[in-house]
Amino acid sequence: MSGPLLSARALALRFGPITALDGVGADLWPGEVLAVVGESGSGKTTLLNVLAGRLRPDAGHVWYREPDGHVADVHAMPPPVLRRLHRSDWGFVQQDPRAALRMDVSAGGNVGERLMAAGARHYGHIREEAARWLEEVEIDVARMDDRPGTFSGGMLQRLQIARTLVTRPCLVFMDEPTGGLDVSVQARLLDLIRTLVRRLGIAVVLVTHDLAVARLMAGRIMVMQRGRVVEDGLADQVLDDPRHPYTQLLVSSVLAA
Amino acid sequence: MTLAISVRGLGKGFTLHLQGGVRLDVLRGVSFDVHAGECVAIAGPSGAGKTSLLRSLYGTYRADAGVILVRHEAAVVDLATADPRTILAIRARTLGYVSQFLRVVPRVPALAIVAEATDMGGAGLERAAEARARELLLRLAIPESLHGLAPATFSGGEQQRVNLARGFAGAHPILLIDEPTSALDAANRATVVAMIREAKAAGRAIVGIFHDETVRDAVADRVHEVRPLREAA
Repeated sequence: MSGPLLSARALALRFGPITALDGVGADLWPGEVLAVVGESGSGKTTLLNVLAGRLRPDAGHVWYREPDGHVADVHAMPPPVLRRLHRSDWGFVQQDPRAALRMDVSAGGNVGERLMAAGARHYGHIREEAARWLEEVEIDVARMDDRPGTFSGGMLQRLQIARTLVTRPCLVFMDEPTGGLDVSVQARLLDLIRTLVRRLGIAVVLVTHDLAVARLMAGRIMVMQRGRVVEDGLADQVLDDPRHPYTQLLVSSVLAA
Repeated sequence: MTLAISVRGLGKGFTLHLQGGVRLDVLRGVSFDVHAGECVAIAGPSGAGKTSLLRSLYGTYRADAGVILVRHEAAVVDLATADPRTILAIRARTLGYVSQFLRVVPRVPALAIVAEATDMGGAGLERAAEARARELLLRLAIPESLHGLAPATFSGGEQQRVNLARGFAGAHPILLIDEPTSALDAANRATVVAMIREAKAAGRAIVGIFHDETVRDAVADRVHEVRPLREAA
C-alpha cells in the first residue's frame, strides 16, 4: 500500500489547433486494470502514449514508482533509462501486432529477443522460456520456428502478448488489443489476457472504444471526450449509472446482442 | 447484535441528458438497518426502485444523498462517499452481490467462474477452491458433466444457479441478493432457502429482493417497503 504505480497530473498537449489532452490526471495502482474509453479522436491513445513516455506533453507530469519505491518523473528520464524500462518492467501491446513484431524473425525468436534485450544470455533457457510462453498464449510449440507471416491475426496478437509478458512486466499499456480481430477470436484473446493479467498481478492501462471489453477487463473506467476526462469510476458505476451526457450517449449507443 | 449495514436518508435519481435532461428520482429518504445474522427483504411494487436500492447498496449506483454505513473488517465505512479502491476492497472481502443474471466472460467454464469467486485463489489453494465450487454446483443441481462448460449455452435456470453458486462461494459477511429464485423449480427453490438460512446462521447479513412470497416468508426477518416516487421534471 505504498502508493500508485503510475500517477499523472494536469497533462496537456496540443497538435496545432487540436487539443489532444486538456488537464488530464490519472492514478494506476499495482495490479489494477484501468480502461480508457471514448470515440476515436477523444485523446485516449494520445494519453496512453504520454503515460508510457512515448510522447511528451506540453505540460503536466507522469510519475512512476519503481520497484525500490523511488518515484521517477517519466518525462525527465534519460532516454536509455526509459528504453530499459520498456524492455523489461513495462510492456506495450499495440493494436497491430505486425508493427510490434519482427516479421522476419521466428515466433520463438520474437519472444526470446525481448528476454535477451532484458539481459538473458543462456540460449537454452531463452528457448525454453520462449516455448513456455508460446504455450501460455495457446500457440502450438511446433510453430516456434515459423515466421509470424504464416500466422492468423489472432495468433499474431497472442504472439505479441507472449513477447510482452515474457519479461514479467509490472505495467502494461494496451492500445485496442482486440481491435482488428473477429468476434470469436476476440473472446479467446480477452479471456487469455484477463487470466494472465490476474495471475501475474500486472497493472494495465487499456485503451478501447468497446465498452463490453472495458466491462470485462477493467476495474475502473475513464471516459474521454475532446482531450478531457469527463467521467471516471468503477466499471459498473460508469456503465450502469453514467452521469455525463457523453457517457450516457456512449452507453446508449451500444447494440445489445 | 452487530450492525452490518446502516442506511440513512439514501437518495438516488437519474438525469437523462439524452432525453431533454429529465430527472428521474428513484429513491428518497431510505433508512434501515441490517444486523449480522439477519435477512431483510426489500419489497414494493414493480418500478418502486427495489433493484436500484440494492445497486446503491453495492455502490454501482452512486448515491446522491444520505449515507450507507458498512461494517468492513474492523471499521465502519460510508460506501456512499468511499473512493473506488475502498469500494473494491469492500466488495472483495465484505459485500457480495448475487445479481439476477449471469454476466461472464465467454469461454470460461462454470467451475472456474465459481472457483474464482471463492476468494481462495492463492498459491496451492486452487484445488480447495475447485472442491468448494464443485460442491456448490452439485448442491444447486448443476451436474458434473456441465462443470467444464462455459454457461453461455445453459438454460436460464441453470445460469441462475451458477450465478447463485458464485454468489455463495465467497465468505462475505454481507450478501445482497436480487431475485434468487425467479427461474427455479420447487426443489431448487428449497435449496436456495436452505442456503440463505445457513448463511444467516453463520452470522451473515442478507438484503434481498424476493418476489416469491413463500421464499420471502421462509428467509426474511423483516420487510423494508419501498414506494414509487412520482417523476419530477
